[in-house]
Amino acid sequence: MLGLLGLSSLSAIAFIVVYALDRIPAQTQLLGLALGLALLFLAAALIVVGKTLVPEEELVEPYPPREHPIDQRIVTQLADEGVDSVDRRGLLKLGLLGAGGALTLAAITPALSFGPLRTKYFYGTPWRKGRRLVDENERLLRAAAIEPGEFYTAFPEGADREELGSPVIVVRLQRAELDLPSALRGYDAHGIVAYSAICTHAGCAISMYRVPTFRPIEPRPALVCPCHYSTFDPATGGTVIFGPAGRALPMLPLRIDGNGVLRAAGNFDGAVGPSWWGVRLRGPNP
Amino acid sequence: MVGCAPAGAEPVIRGAVRYLDRRSGTAPFVRKALRYLFPDHWSFLLGEVALYAFIVLVATGVYLTFFFVDSTHEVVYHGPYAPLHDQHMSEAYRSVLDISTRVKAGLLIRQTHHWAANVFIAAIVLHLFRIFFTGAFRKPRELTYYIGVTMLMVTLLEAYLGYSLVDDLLSGMGLAIGYSVGLSIPFVGANVMEWLFHGPFPGSAALWPRMYIAHVFLFPILIAALLTVHLALVALKHHTQFQEGRGQSERAVVGVPTWPGQTPRSLGLMLSVAGVLFLLGGLIQINPIWLWGPYHTYASTNGAQPDWYLGWLIGGLRLMPGFDVVIGKYTLIPNAFWGGALYPLIVFGFLYFAPWLERVLTGDRAYHNVLDRPRDAPRRTAIGVAMIVWVVLVFAAGSADRVDVLFGITYVSQIWVYRVLVFVGPAVGAVIAYRICKELQAGEPVEAARHAAMPAD
Repeated sequence: MLGLLGLSSLSAIAFIVVYALDRIPAQTQLLGLALGLALLFLAAALIVVGKTLVPEEELVEPYPPREHPIDQRIVTQLADEGVDSVDRRGLLKLGLLGAGGALTLAAITPALSFGPLRTKYFYGTPWRKGRRLVDENERLLRAAAIEPGEFYTAFPEGADREELGSPVIVVRLQRAELDLPSALRGYDAHGIVAYSAICTHAGCAISMYRVPTFRPIEPRPALVCPCHYSTFDPATGGTVIFGPAGRALPMLPLRIDGNGVLRAAGNFDGAVGPSWWGVRLRGPNP
Repeated sequence: MVGCAPAGAEPVIRGAVRYLDRRSGTAPFVRKALRYLFPDHWSFLLGEVALYAFIVLVATGVYLTFFFVDSTHEVVYHGPYAPLHDQHMSEAYRSVLDISTRVKAGLLIRQTHHWAANVFIAAIVLHLFRIFFTGAFRKPRELTYYIGVTMLMVTLLEAYLGYSLVDDLLSGMGLAIGYSVGLSIPFVGANVMEWLFHGPFPGSAALWPRMYIAHVFLFPILIAALLTVHLALVALKHHTQFQEGRGQSERAVVGVPTWPGQTPRSLGLMLSVAGVLFLLGGLIQINPIWLWGPYHTYASTNGAQPDWYLGWLIGGLRLMPGFDVVIGKYTLIPNAFWGGALYPLIVFGFLYFAPWLERVLTGDRAYHNVLDRPRDAPRRTAIGVAMIVWVVLVFAAGSADRVDVLFGITYVSQIWVYRVLVFVGPAVGAVIAYRICKELQAGEPVEAARHAAMPAD
């Protein structure tokens, strides 16, 4: 047992030494090893003490009484008397309740400062008609640079990119493949389509583009969110083809300006981001 | 005669006891505490392991607070980890990178903290299984049980907050999912989340200090308070015990006294838990946040897996078929509600109602100090196994993407299999568990007879 205690001390000292050394390789590992062993050796010593030196015999003892009837009666009586004296004065009871309630309300009122409760901000996006698309390095996105089978994340020029309404996915499809519903007709720019990059299920960024490698099984390209694998069809207006999302991806109308640069031709066709109670009530702010 | 410490005792001890008792009057209490009996069974140590992991969590957590910065203010990284140079990130994430690379022993403490969280929750869950399958939640210990279940719930939130504070890519994705689940609560979800986050996701600068104070102050205090009441209730009613024929009965408890028998054991266990956690923290890498990179709302990564204790929720979110419940243009129930909110509500609802369910199903309102073995209550065991199978299947569904990558079974077909299994599996599990219990019961007289037939074992 003394041996174990000695080993524990040595390990603890080793921890201090390793810590005091300058940066050495595997310092974290050595520190963990030294401290872990110091604790474990001490634990082993204690367990040996418990097994050998300390009497470990079991004792028998009655469980505590299940209840205390006399005390129960006295407590009940005392509580009852206190309540009774108030009870007899109906108005006083009402006043106490009123004051307690009002004070509680007053106490929680400052919590309203935490944040707004109005949901109008949920409809905001930085997209406006004519706003240019830029990539992550703030370079303009040109229609000619959009390759089929490739996946681009784009942002409104000069906007805050961390806003959920900012990022869009841009892909190029064959025009023959496009099968947009009538409400979204014309949202594409010569086969280039853009959708909100934020999954309508749980707010993750869509980061996968499943391009068919074997047509009979995977007939269509699809946009996939890596969090819960909601899968959206970019050819049909971002409709859900698999996974838990309950709503199509909002689509951003595009046009190509005279310089070949992609521009928004308006705002999304629906509210951006994960679903909530008002997400279908109206589209984004103009 | 005036009560006096025994003359033969060590004068130092005698003096100390007298000093304390005269000034605090606690000698009767200490006498009881030293003679408190601990019934002996390995499964009674699971709760203790959780307690010790919590102590390690507090100790390592306090150290981390001296270095962590609770700000999402954007900075450009120029620290020692070259692959992230010139990247835009929050001060919070940079401070955790610095803890991992610049603060001596920082990585050890951070990884030990993370391991301790995983072990803490695992120990609580195993402890819960022990309590459930032995019927320890029955009268008179229902309050102890309700507080324990509440602690598990608070602990899950606390761990999720800690994971989210780092603001690496994975933790940010986790926070976005949590936000979306909050958003999916019918009628009020969006308003409540906007209020908590101070604006729509990713919220304002006010969010990080809020999460931080909740993680390092509010929730730990809440857990510590619940823990105190939990332990006080255990001690006041004394521990349950198995019937092992050494004098155990509903009226008498058999066990090792706190002093001297139990003390070295418990201290030994505490030091072992701490030792193992520091070994894990030093030797086995966990959550290498520098590899994930900083979070941006527009970025995400494939193959993201949360810590194990959230795996069941990601499975629940992934299994749900894609639909929102819509009335006209009003979205009544967004999809994330099913897997992210309703599913854990059902699981915790079951846990809270278990004592009531037991009373209704068995009509048993008696007072219990002696525990059941799982076989002694086949129906309870069957129901518990069904619940476990259900949660484990949903958990497994959460890893279907890894199975796809590792074994090439397509994700879509796996999800369809799980959608069926989550209904079939629990029923099958319950039937099998029930049969095993009955078989074990039936085998007992045979075993006893065989034992009796064999003289001198």
